[in-house]
Amino acid sequence: MPTKSFTRYADLPALIGLMTGDEKHQAAAVSTLDVLWVLYDRVLDITPDRVDDPDRDRFLLSKGHGPAAYYAVLAAKGFIEVPPLRRWGEFDSPLGHHPDRTLIPGVEIGSGSLGHGLGLAVGTALGLRAQGRTRPRVVVLLGDAELDEGSNHEAIAVAARLGLDRLTAVVVDNQSASLGWPGGIAERFAREGWAARTADGRDHAALDRALTAAHPDRPLAVVARVPAKYPAADPRPRDQRSPAGSGDRSAEHGGAAQ
Amino acid sequence: MSTTAVSTPPAPPTVVPQDMREAFAATVTAALDTDPRTALVLADISADRFTAAAARHPDRVLNVGIREQLMIGVAGGLALTGMRPVVHTYAPFLVERAFEQIKLDLAHQDVGAVLVGVGGSYESPGMGRTHMAPGDVALFDTLPGWTVHVPGHAAEVPRLLGPALGPDRGDRVYLRLSARGNTAARPVGQGLVVVRAGSARSRGVVVAVGPMLDRALAATAGLDVTVCYLATVRPFDRAGLHAAVAAAGRPDVLLVEPYLAGTSAHEVAAALADRRHRQRGLGVGRATEVRGYGTAEEHDRVHGLDTAGIAAAARDFFLD
Repeated sequence: MPTKSFTRYADLPALIGLMTGDEKHQAAAVSTLDVLWVLYDRVLDITPDRVDDPDRDRFLLSKGHGPAAYYAVLAAKGFIEVPPLRRWGEFDSPLGHHPDRTLIPGVEIGSGSLGHGLGLAVGTALGLRAQGRTRPRVVVLLGDAELDEGSNHEAIAVAARLGLDRLTAVVVDNQSASLGWPGGIAERFAREGWAARTADGRDHAALDRALTAAHPDRPLAVVARVPAKYPAADPRPRDQRSPAGSGDRSAEHGGAAQ
Repeated sequence: MSTTAVSTPPAPPTVVPQDMREAFAATVTAALDTDPRTALVLADISADRFTAAAARHPDRVLNVGIREQLMIGVAGGLALTGMRPVVHTYAPFLVERAFEQIKLDLAHQDVGAVLVGVGGSYESPGMGRTHMAPGDVALFDTLPGWTVHVPGHAAEVPRLLGPALGPDRGDRVYLRLSARGNTAARPVGQGLVVVRAGSARSRGVVVAVGPMLDRALAATAGLDVTVCYLATVRPFDRAGLHAAVAAAGRPDVLLVEPYLAGTSAHEVAAALADRRHRQRGLGVGRATEVRGYGTAEEHDRVHGLDTAGIAAAARDFFLD
């Protein structure tokens, strides 16, 4: 099949289907789909022919779990070919269940272990600033449960204190953090001096606005709210709950916006 | 002390203070002044030594506060943009606290950095176990591709660190600084150096790492052995050790390392895999956590790393 036939948002489910082959995994990966699409379709200044351009925008997928939506968007935008999607997870496939930057053009970081992307993004923003490259944006995508990792909070504090205004953290919030974030996630960033916005994680126009409106002199946090991964009324511990809309828990630690 | 000790002239010192931290600061400051790729990431420790450099290079001297996970993450991000990051704090916080960041934010991303640790095994023993990291080199052995330098004299620091900051360097380097070391600097950057050659019928080879050299020399003064100095332990100079052993009377190797005992045992085994050999590794003991404060010299004695302890082990090993 020619790659060019899979370039639209409407093609993404089919591309994901090439990888997952079943609805459970598709559901697990889909919390990030709209954010990823809006970033690559409307926000990021990055194209497949510029993956080594030092002035490109950087997108760092910190939440490396459930990368099917990421791969689908990369395929739709021409960073990777479509046929390899069918072979993801195989030994000699470049596409693992967690991405590896050394194997996939345009993938800025390898991730999977939670809590590494934001620190790497802070360092990337600092490196660009030290080189006088003030135009590129550095956008890092996290999940709400990923914020449990304390490493993020080291990075959240320092990013604002150092005024990293080219840095954006997108937190896909499907309320999967076991102990929750009372008062909301945006408040955590705002308290540390970020410009913090919350948007409907399915609304492309709203995401676009949240991601592109000015935020002078401070980093930007966009909390993208998506439907809860687990029914709110489910009193069981997280590892015993069933994802919303699915008969059983999908991937062991994977799934949506970890 | 025995009566013979009274009758002999005073032995030269085998452990002398070293201001390796100052040598490190001077080398990195010079690199910051001359190479716009160089960046320094700190977590408060030693920040006072870089105030002038920070004033000149505010975007490249980055003190993130007491946040060691972020320190390594920032280094990884800097390297992803083409910078050459130097990361520095106490060894336990640099290596042990942020070890997954070392594994993933540097190695897994396939980017480089120069990590510079102070404190080492027990250099501030009054602070106790929290400030000791005798397992640091062993931890780097769990990851591929790291260069590990263990200088024994402050003058060796710029010779090891300077090239690591060169314009073409993007590799991963750990520099283990010590507050104590040898009376004289030795050649570094070229693998195993024979300091005192034994005869063709010698009893074997002593490999003294970094600050252990003078003690190992004094401890084996009465033995017919070859004593070699090693300041770069990874990659290990297997060919050099093989040649030293081939020139010795017996294929017996005594490792004297300032960190966890036997850390380089697998390297000795690999170097001599083609021949029958014996080896023993001296270093910081593995069996118990030593819950003592006091002085570094007292910890040397506990671990058998003072001259007398090394001498006893050497006699036991070589004079079988």
